[in-house]
Amino acid sequence: MNYAVVERRGVAAGGISLDGVLRILGGRRVLDGVSLEIGLHERLGIVGRSGTGKSTLLSLVAGLDEPDHGLVTVGGDATAEGRLRRCALMPQRDGLLPWRTALDNACLALENAGLGRPEARAAARPLFARFGLEGAEELRPARLSAGMRQRVAFLRTLLAGKDVLLLDEPFGALDAITRGELQDWLGDALADQPQTVLLVTHDIEEALRLCDRLAVLSRGRIATILEVDVERDVTDPAFVELRRRALEAIE
Amino acid sequence: MRRWLPPLLLLVALIGLWELVVRAADVPDYLFPAPSAVGTALRDDGGTLGAATLVTAREMVLGYVLAVALGLSFAVLLHFSTALRRALLPLLVVSQTVPTVVLAPILAILLGYGIGPKLVVVAIVCFFPIVVNAVDGLRASDPELVRMMRTLHGARWNIFRRVEFPGALPMIFSGARVAATYAAVGAVFGEWAGSSEGLGFVMLQSQPSLDTAIIFASVLILSLLALGLYGAVTLAERLLVPWKWEEAHA
Repeated sequence: MNYAVVERRGVAAGGISLDGVLRILGGRRVLDGVSLEIGLHERLGIVGRSGTGKSTLLSLVAGLDEPDHGLVTVGGDATAEGRLRRCALMPQRDGLLPWRTALDNACLALENAGLGRPEARAAARPLFARFGLEGAEELRPARLSAGMRQRVAFLRTLLAGKDVLLLDEPFGALDAITRGELQDWLGDALADQPQTVLLVTHDIEEALRLCDRLAVLSRGRIATILEVDVERDVTDPAFVELRRRALEAIE
Repeated sequence: MRRWLPPLLLLVALIGLWELVVRAADVPDYLFPAPSAVGTALRDDGGTLGAATLVTAREMVLGYVLAVALGLSFAVLLHFSTALRRALLPLLVVSQTVPTVVLAPILAILLGYGIGPKLVVVAIVCFFPIVVNAVDGLRASDPELVRMMRTLHGARWNIFRRVEFPGALPMIFSGARVAATYAAVGAVFGEWAGSSEGLGFVMLQSQPSLDTAIIFASVLILSLLALGLYGAVTLAERLLVPWKWEEAHA
């Protein structure tokens, strides 16, 4: 694909661009000159050690924070308000409200946008079956398994109807088996979705399985960007090689 | 039931011991009445005590409701305005050093001898724990949830009513439960400062005639009223914050 075309289309709608972004928090250069282009409908994984500024980068893109220097645009809009309007954030842990049922949690963005509760529930209900959550509609988060909670959280993010999905270590708190299952599930779920996706994770394999490209963040800078042009199979030699290169860049 | 048994047994044993000691030492009733004498007073003066109980209960409940309404409104106001919070919260803490007993006569002078000053005293006594807990509860919301809400079309008001307020409910209720135990004291202070009815008034009336058993009976009823209010608030919490209970039993 012609990358320049992707980029131009991206800027017009749900594309993201970071240009020389500097962010200082507590006297530390958390992001130290980050430039990145993410095309429309592209899925970009951002990996790095804890504390390398992954979450700060997401906050900047989401419009929840402003850079000290440089420019962040989403869909060509550089204002925090404009970015906020285009992005939906799925936070670390699930962020489900314990007082709402699974269905009402999924409806959160719809109700915030002014839809009545019955209309919002009617709009969200059909998705429960599609996302393997049938029967869980009226349960509160305390009664849901960790895997189900992540699915509801993803559904809630999706129902915001934004152009850009920002996933902040969505499976960080899960055990290895559930995590693997949910990665497959998310891969299928995203395949049908037209959104641009930014996935922050410390799990290289997760990013390689779910994303088109992988940006390795190290000491506040982009150490390397890898194209994920291999079979998404952990035993494939090309996959293993790509994982090795990403790991090398993190060091 | 098993949880209630030990304190209940202890209470029965203490009452039994009290009866025994008073009888063995032959303490006169006007000094320290035995439980049986208190029981007799409850029966013989049932009419007077019953009417007084209704008056005091009404003062407690209305004053308490007033405190909850004012306390929550005040807490929300402080939550939305940092300037107000910085200015008023320290003053509110300082105001707690003023003993309410001293305020009650002043209120009686200002507001007369009707139910008004009693409600105000009850409300003043209950106000503080409600406000402080509500303000803390509202401020304790997870910042990650607020960030998420902002990306989900969440305007300030939506964040308040869908995240901050429900999240603060457990804290609000713990303040409300503490306040519930203060309401009886407030009502009695109010009555002592000037009244012609209520349990506090009955206690004052019984003092000169050394009718100590009636005073004890009044104290017993006041404790039961406080316990009743506490129970009602706990029940309301169970109904309004069902997820807390669910989480504890998940």
